[in-house]
Amino acid sequence: MDIQKLESYAREVRKDIIIMTSKAGAGHPGGSLSCTDALVALYFDVMNVDPKNDKMPERDRFVLSKGHAAPALYGTLCERGYFGKEEFDHFRQLHGILQGHPDTKKCPGVDASTGSLGQGISIAVGMALGAKHTGNKCRIYTVIGDGESQEGLVWEASMAAAHYKLDNLTVILDHNGLQIDGPNDEVMSLGDIKAKALAFGYDVIEVADGNDMKQVLDALHTPPCPGKPRYIILNTLKGKGVSFMEGQVGWHGKAPNAEQAAQALKELEG
Amino acid sequence: MDKKATRVAYGEALVKLGQTNDRIVVLDADLASATMTNAFKKEFPDRFFDCGIAEANMVDMAAGLSTMGLIPFCSTFAVFAGRNYDQIRNGVCYPKFNVKFGFSHAGITVGEDGGSHQAIEDISLMRGIPGMTVFVPSDANECYQCVEAAAEINGPVFIRTARLPSPVYDPRPFTVGKGTVIRDGSDCVIFTCGIMLEHTMEAAEILESKGIKTALVSFHTIKPFDEELARIYAAKCKNVFTVEEHSILGGLGDTVASAIIGKGVEKFRKIGINDEFGQSGKPLDLLKEYGLTGPQIAETILKDL
Repeated sequence: MDIQKLESYAREVRKDIIIMTSKAGAGHPGGSLSCTDALVALYFDVMNVDPKNDKMPERDRFVLSKGHAAPALYGTLCERGYFGKEEFDHFRQLHGILQGHPDTKKCPGVDASTGSLGQGISIAVGMALGAKHTGNKCRIYTVIGDGESQEGLVWEASMAAAHYKLDNLTVILDHNGLQIDGPNDEVMSLGDIKAKALAFGYDVIEVADGNDMKQVLDALHTPPCPGKPRYIILNTLKGKGVSFMEGQVGWHGKAPNAEQAAQALKELEG
Repeated sequence: MDKKATRVAYGEALVKLGQTNDRIVVLDADLASATMTNAFKKEFPDRFFDCGIAEANMVDMAAGLSTMGLIPFCSTFAVFAGRNYDQIRNGVCYPKFNVKFGFSHAGITVGEDGGSHQAIEDISLMRGIPGMTVFVPSDANECYQCVEAAAEINGPVFIRTARLPSPVYDPRPFTVGKGTVIRDGSDCVIFTCGIMLEHTMEAAEILESKGIKTALVSFHTIKPFDEELARIYAAKCKNVFTVEEHSILGGLGDTVASAIIGKGVEKFRKIGINDEFGQSGKPLDLLKEYGLTGPQIAETILKDL
């Protein structure tokens, strides 16, 4: 798919994020906006998926390990055709399919329930191992957060991914540098995350601007390195696309009010 | 009578299952020689995944494997039901994934390793999770039945096994969620689970010899619990005792209490570990220390009657 078209989908998903979170009066817009371009690239260009056949055995799998970015996933799944926009009205509401964090029992296109940080990547490793074991040629993608990478489980899973030579696995780090209580470096420094990923046995690609569709696509389309899991560092901007949210810690888990939402949508309309 | 640890039966049952069902895979966290999954590892090396000393990752990897149509059995020590709680709850049970947990070395009969390794709250933790089936086999034959049943259930199952060899009784009819009447009686009833069966049988015989007609009911399934059977015996015997190698908080005793409350029971006592941790010692010395041998159980019950 051409880049302009993908960029326009990314704009739509960003609008969905604003609409969803402002309607619900809750949710996590900052970290959703930072990983939107990666999710759009995956669902519209990279992954083999069929919204009309969401349990297709050979489908590629995606696990949103940073489950609080659910609005980005829901927007992407909706634009891709998994469900209609009317579901946005029920985001975080009683009986809605769009739970506060992704629920595989309720939402089509969601293969794992996430939200407890560190678990998604570990589940993705199990999926990749299971795919190899059953001869399924699908690929497994997971998006993890940088704050999430403070969880020990991320590194247990990484060790296993290298041990089992899971070259059908791509771990994508949404590196926006911020978490609930402040910058990563103030809360718990990640140190040299690239060196860490390399040391854990990943084939690492670093993307200078993880909100640039072409750069994201180039990384995601890089052929797998035989015998090694892939790790893509996306240097992103938290709140990307909404001027007053960009780079602001305060928009991690806060929804825009009606006025702020209107301004955000205006900016995103361009 | 032959003795065999339920953990050994777990390992044997997995091999048998593996021979007829190629979707069975086994995960272990560097304890295959203790959880007894090494036999499966030897027979089906390509279906055995060692996860290293990383139990949390083992559980979520099993979650992922289950989404690819496999039936993973996670194997480690029961004390790690606590360490893995979030992975078991959110990674496996919340999405209702088809993952089994064969956790061994439960209770104080772990012995010399001490209190840090003696799970006394695992039943409590596991039965609190929606959708979880909880098995506590009382002997090797019942453990085979639990493992077979676990593979048939589409959803998470926890199987609690013991390190200590215990008597192997003749196989009994097995239905998930149904208790087993070991002996009938009308003066008092003992409800038990797991390898405490041996000791409660001894206690029942002692009580019988003193003229107290003692019923004994064993529950291999703590969840879903056979409330009906518990109520029938509570109503019939009026004097109800529960015996478990587990904390009296949240285990079999509380499960029974919830089932029989308001049913006209005169005496009710939970016999188990009294809200304290275990310690190092020989398994039988530990049972004695915590009042769980047959004669001690009989004595406790006699005092109440």
